[in-house]
Amino acid sequence: MAHPGPISASRQPCQLWLLAMSALTLAPHAPFLPAWLGMLCAGLIIVRATQLRFDRLRVPQLVVILIALATAIGVKLDFGHFFGKDPGIALLAVLLGLKLIEVRASRDVYVAVLLCLFLLLGLFFEDQSILAGVLALAGFVLALCTLLSQQDAAAPAGAQLKAAASLLFQATPLFVVLFFLFPRVPGPLWGLPSDAFSSMTGLSDTMRPGSISQLSLSEAIAFRVEFDGAPPPPAQRYWRGPVLTRFDGQVWHPVFSPVTDTPQYSVTGSGFGYRLTMEAHNRRWLFALEFPDRAPTGARFSRDNRLLLQSPLHQRARFELRSYPATATGQDEDQHRLTEALRLPANSNPRSLELARRIADDATHPKEILDRVLAEMKTLDLTYTLEPPLLGTHSVDEFLFDTRLGFCEHFAAAFVVLMRAAEVPARVVTGYQGGEINPVDGSLVVRQSDAHAWAEVWLPQRGWVRVDPTALAAPQRIESGLTAALPRDGDLRGLMRPAADLLLSIRYHWEALTNAWNQSVLGYNDEVQRDLFKELGFREPDWRLLSTLLGASAATVLLALFAWSLRRHRRGEHLDRLWQIFCRRLAHKGLARMAWEGPIDYAERAAAAFPREARTIRMIAHHYARLRYATTGKPDQGALRQFSVLIRSLRFSKKTDDDRKPAKS
Amino acid sequence: MIRGGIDRLRERIERWLFRVGNPDPAPITLVQRRIFVLPTSAGLMLGAGLIVMLLASINYSLGLGYVLVFLLAAVAITSILHAFRNLLHLEIMPGRTDPVFAGQPASFRLHVLNHRSQRRPGLRLRMRDAQAGFDLGADGTAEIVLASATQQRGWMPIGRVTIETCWPLGLIRAWSVIVPDLDCLVFPAPERNAPPLPAPRGDAHGGLPVSTQGDEDFAGLRTHRVTDSPRHVAWKAVARGGPMLTKQFSGSSSGILALDWDSLPENLGVEARLSRLSAWIQSAQDAGLAFSLSLPGCRLPAASGPQHAQACLKQLALF
Repeated sequence: MAHPGPISASRQPCQLWLLAMSALTLAPHAPFLPAWLGMLCAGLIIVRATQLRFDRLRVPQLVVILIALATAIGVKLDFGHFFGKDPGIALLAVLLGLKLIEVRASRDVYVAVLLCLFLLLGLFFEDQSILAGVLALAGFVLALCTLLSQQDAAAPAGAQLKAAASLLFQATPLFVVLFFLFPRVPGPLWGLPSDAFSSMTGLSDTMRPGSISQLSLSEAIAFRVEFDGAPPPPAQRYWRGPVLTRFDGQVWHPVFSPVTDTPQYSVTGSGFGYRLTMEAHNRRWLFALEFPDRAPTGARFSRDNRLLLQSPLHQRARFELRSYPATATGQDEDQHRLTEALRLPANSNPRSLELARRIADDATHPKEILDRVLAEMKTLDLTYTLEPPLLGTHSVDEFLFDTRLGFCEHFAAAFVVLMRAAEVPARVVTGYQGGEINPVDGSLVVRQSDAHAWAEVWLPQRGWVRVDPTALAAPQRIESGLTAALPRDGDLRGLMRPAADLLLSIRYHWEALTNAWNQSVLGYNDEVQRDLFKELGFREPDWRLLSTLLGASAATVLLALFAWSLRRHRRGEHLDRLWQIFCRRLAHKGLARMAWEGPIDYAERAAAAFPREARTIRMIAHHYARLRYATTGKPDQGALRQFSVLIRSLRFSKKTDDDRKPAKS
Repeated sequence: MIRGGIDRLRERIERWLFRVGNPDPAPITLVQRRIFVLPTSAGLMLGAGLIVMLLASINYSLGLGYVLVFLLAAVAITSILHAFRNLLHLEIMPGRTDPVFAGQPASFRLHVLNHRSQRRPGLRLRMRDAQAGFDLGADGTAEIVLASATQQRGWMPIGRVTIETCWPLGLIRAWSVIVPDLDCLVFPAPERNAPPLPAPRGDAHGGLPVSTQGDEDFAGLRTHRVTDSPRHVAWKAVARGGPMLTKQFSGSSSGILALDWDSLPENLGVEARLSRLSAWIQSAQDAGLAFSLSLPGCRLPAASGPQHAQACLKQLALF
């Protein structure tokens, strides 16, 4: 057909576009692929580039098959299986590379383009940021250019890009219609492979020394909050997560808590209304500000006063909440839960237990013990650091008496152990504390680095009382965040130290933009769609209504495009219109132009019929004939204007009209 | 096998759809209702790919996945209109054909006119066994030659011609079937190894005696043909080691060659007779001889020159 052989096909600009597109598609996958596979893909791209440069470089079919087999074995060894997104993407990437080096017929080009599109989609498993979107758009434009140049090899690259851009531009209305009106289905449709959400970070449901300090290095955003009014002061921003009661000497675990629809407390004090947008973290916890009055749809209260979702959060979701930080909780706590909160492992941390017993010796009231423990911890001269040393078997002992360096989990754990040793029920609460207000859009951003652990002690009549032992050593941590609390020469990297104002401002803008992107593009799901159409006045927006709207809007857009495509672009369109005016005027006088009649012949006939205007008529006809037939391309504007004036200057006098009548009859 | 079946089916559907019969009056303008669009196999493949991508986006809740899928769908749908518009208002004028002998390919020339001030790339004209791809510049014209094999003498109509485009993305094919008013004259195939020309003789009515001196006027040399009489070979040139050449003599003084249907052997069929006459006319024309042609019900008086030969061959073609 159009491509007589591989050699001449390889010269086509289409192949260059395809190569560029493949390179752009594969490059962002590199960090997520095994190193050997990334190198293989890069190698295949280089081979293809060399093939295009030097015509006579053919890779034998056998080699291609061997590479494919070796890759399949390698993927199986690396991932352990073929099913799931990661091995799937790895195989697709190699397939694309192999397809590239043996592109022959036009069908191969289509297959390669389709593989590229699949890989672009595969990128979104890892990253759906604005950058990924821009990259995918660039890849998409290259795909269009590849297909365009396949059909039209003669056009230069610039024209190809222009054609692709105009296609995209014209497709935009239809795209908008599809995006907003296509009935969104809540996923997943079928059981997801086990690795579907492997790449998520966040708090875990256990705590060991060092687990939270590791998380603090992550700049990833945990959730965003938009308050209806002024946000609560930083010291009240405790976002409650897993409550850890059971301690085995090393690790803190939660205990079973039944769930109820309503909270176990009644709210008091002033409330703060807010919308919380949680990033997916593959867990059921909803980090609400302490303490919400009502559970949002899809969530319930657990007995330890936190919100639990009915299913793990696999995608970013938004919740409307209202919290009352001053609420007292747990005045009528079950006895067995209090017993649980007193239990300590045997033969663990003897020095701490000894200290606690000494403190509590002559105390009469748990409140007194609490004050004394806090005072004692203060005198121990503990230092808050992001890099606490490793601890051995008696972790609390070692922290309190030997290393004296710790992060919030060390403080919380040590405090709870001391309290329990002094016979006061206490437990560890993990979650996030603080957050940063973005001055650009006013939202509060809570990052993984805001992860925190604090404690609750149970006091008679007062219930569970929050105590943050970290504040003893680093009160700034609670007031102004992690960066302020650490020593100046700490090891926080990059943007975490807001030294450069410009950088900070860029970061704020970028994150505000990202938030908008997340809310409007990524967060547009079935619920948001329903809410949007409810707001637009549709009472019960379901898929039937949406499909009808989709059909109607798409038809309208297509009709508009169709009308555009019917538009005629004719050479000398204006000229012909003027000539038509002239002919119509003569026809009105009873002298219509015959279909076979040329302008000069017609003018002669007309001149004979209207001898007074003969000169003008002949001039008009000659002008038209010259403009229409003697010039190539579009007639220039000046000549057209003259022609138009000439036609307008034509006046038929009454007398001539009368003269003609007897002549005709 | 299957492919052939599909082609036949397609032809049938097209015949029914386009009601192709009589030639379209020239010029043929491709108006909106003459243009059809359907996805190509690549388009169908991409459609299937789109569905897979949409399912993946739903299943994994990929917001950007939706964006990619919808953008792709929107562009593919828009490309339907582009393909359609690439053919819309094209004008096709039948051009010239040159007569050929049966067995030689007939060349049909079509002029395709673009009245739009934009390029129209990726166009293709197809007929039975020929196709040609071309681009049209802004306000451009192209003369497209479609060469089709011939078998039968007579007028060979160009038949149904498909003009199609897969531009811009190759996902959608827009096409229109036209029947240009264009016929090619096909002469009977000259007989291979035909017997030599009959001896020239005088006028059939006995006006002039048979001239034996006619071969005297040397007119020039030309390359040798198998059918040439050995008497006319320029042996001197051959003896010098040169190529075989045939001496040509002006026919003016030669006797008149009469190519007569009735003088052919009785056992020859119609087509065989026509083939032999066709071969003789060619030889006579090459030899520069004047000849007359008698067919049942038709007689062309003796003359020489290409016009005469063509007129005679046309009689044979349409016999």
